[in-house]
Amino acid sequence: MIRYAALRLLQGVPVLLVVATITFALLRVIPGGPFDREKTLPPEILRNVEARYHLDEPVARQYLRYLGGILTGDLGPSYKYLGRDVTQILADAFPVSMELGSAALAISLLFGVSAGLAGAVRRGRAPDRVLGMLAVAGMSLPSFVLGAGLILGFGLWLGWLPAGLWEGPLSVVLPAITLAAAPAAYIARLTRSSVLDVIDMDFVRTARAKGVSEARVRRHHVLRNALLAVTTYFGPLLAMLLTGSFVVEKVFAIPGMGRFFVTAVTNRDYPLVLGVTLVYAALIVIANLAVDLLYAWLDPRIRLGRSKA
Amino acid sequence: MTGRRTRSLGVLGWLGIGMLIGLFAVAIAGDSISGYAYDVQDADRALEGPSRDHWMGTDALGRDLASRLAEGARVSLIVAVASTAIALLIGLVYGGLSGYLGGRLDGVLMRVVDVVYSLPDILLIILIKQLLESGLSGVPDLYRTLVAVVLALAFSSWVAVARLVRGLVLQAREEVWVEAARAGGARGSRILVRQILPNIAGPILVTLSFRIPAAILAESTVSFIGLGIQPPFASWGVLASDGFAAMRSYPHLILFPGIAIAVTLLAFYWLGDALRDALSSR
Repeated sequence: MIRYAALRLLQGVPVLLVVATITFALLRVIPGGPFDREKTLPPEILRNVEARYHLDEPVARQYLRYLGGILTGDLGPSYKYLGRDVTQILADAFPVSMELGSAALAISLLFGVSAGLAGAVRRGRAPDRVLGMLAVAGMSLPSFVLGAGLILGFGLWLGWLPAGLWEGPLSVVLPAITLAAAPAAYIARLTRSSVLDVIDMDFVRTARAKGVSEARVRRHHVLRNALLAVTTYFGPLLAMLLTGSFVVEKVFAIPGMGRFFVTAVTNRDYPLVLGVTLVYAALIVIANLAVDLLYAWLDPRIRLGRSKA
Repeated sequence: MTGRRTRSLGVLGWLGIGMLIGLFAVAIAGDSISGYAYDVQDADRALEGPSRDHWMGTDALGRDLASRLAEGARVSLIVAVASTAIALLIGLVYGGLSGYLGGRLDGVLMRVVDVVYSLPDILLIILIKQLLESGLSGVPDLYRTLVAVVLALAFSSWVAVARLVRGLVLQAREEVWVEAARAGGARGSRILVRQILPNIAGPILVTLSFRIPAAILAESTVSFIGLGIQPPFASWGVLASDGFAAMRSYPHLILFPGIAIAVTLLAFYWLGDALRDALSSR
């Protein structure tokens, strides 16, 4: 298991290299540099600036310099936030996004799985229908609309919770709910349908026939198998939370990675764009590994590392 | 796929269809339904709430919000439908070939799909759009961003279609009727188009009814954060972005675009769920 995990992490390295290379190439192909302004700089100053950031070197040289930097944890200087390194900016922004993301992850799993379970157990009856409608509503409401509604309602009119910014533990509440709504809806639908798939299976009927209590059947036979489907959804879920943060961090003025990514794209702050993309790719590699390990733990039929098809 | 029993779409399915017909009617009519041009400014009547003259109020430049939403329906739907159509085309060809030819080619093609699939949609859309925007030198300036957004949406979502199509083709090519056609001497391309395609149309239709709202949502999301459609085009995302800026004092500016997007997505999801239930063999 540990050998397998280590191997998979190593396999993630080429993936990251490919992502870094493609992103680097993409950003260099785009004409228009980070220092193009409405007011053009005098040529001497522009030359100095480009020399400072090594933009006057051949692209291959810049690429090698960048890769070398990654190995030593140096992602280069930011073009926009003068005097700050990308690594520093990410070190500040990452914990913020992490906190927001984990809160949203917890909320969406908690509400999604329990709503899906509750609906499936009462298939076709009123609670199932109400929960189903809620789930579709959750998928239909764009996060910027939900976020705006929560800010107006709870932030401004009622004044119960902070309407934005990242100050104090309460300020995570509204953004986390906003970020969690759509994933929770997807998880609820997924859980419901996979529970329904499992509930009519022979092994469930056998367990009941053996006289296993209904609660135990649900916990051990139904839920465990249904959770397999939810586990496979973890990758897309993480992607949803990551890119969801682009919007949510803008709506609530939170200084996280999503917000920095968006402004970096607008500012053509290439090193910062590259840095954020790399962190996202690394997270996804790790998440996919976590899914595989979890899967093996939940489903003993899967043996890792042996005869990979 | 075998049980050809077509079940009813149910209340929600028909409600979805009705709402979508209404929506497309609004998109076709555009701003002519409200009596104001969507881009005409009236500084004396800026930032008014809903009234008899402007029944959704006006924006910061005194433009009629109802007209802008109708124009937004047009832009958002064109972008979503066009990008989904392109994604469908790429996905059909790619997934069809991968599934039908199989073997090593299938392995390579699917690895590519896996890599693209694992990257977050919105991230991909933003990066591709930035690249295309500067690369599309043949397109007039006015339309460049619009075209770039459409292509970026298509290039990020075709993998989902390709995966589905491949799976369906893998299944279908083992069926008896395909065997029969092959025995009858039909060529591979003919079998794909005439035998397999009609038989996998159902699940593809269901996917389309989920891909289009996904495209609407993705477009409005990137436009909202300022990296998508740009003025003078007024997609719903652009309107929501404008509205968000003035939300504190003028909530109607975010309320109406928000409702428009949410109701449209709801209609598509209702239709998609109903189609899936009606077409599934269980």
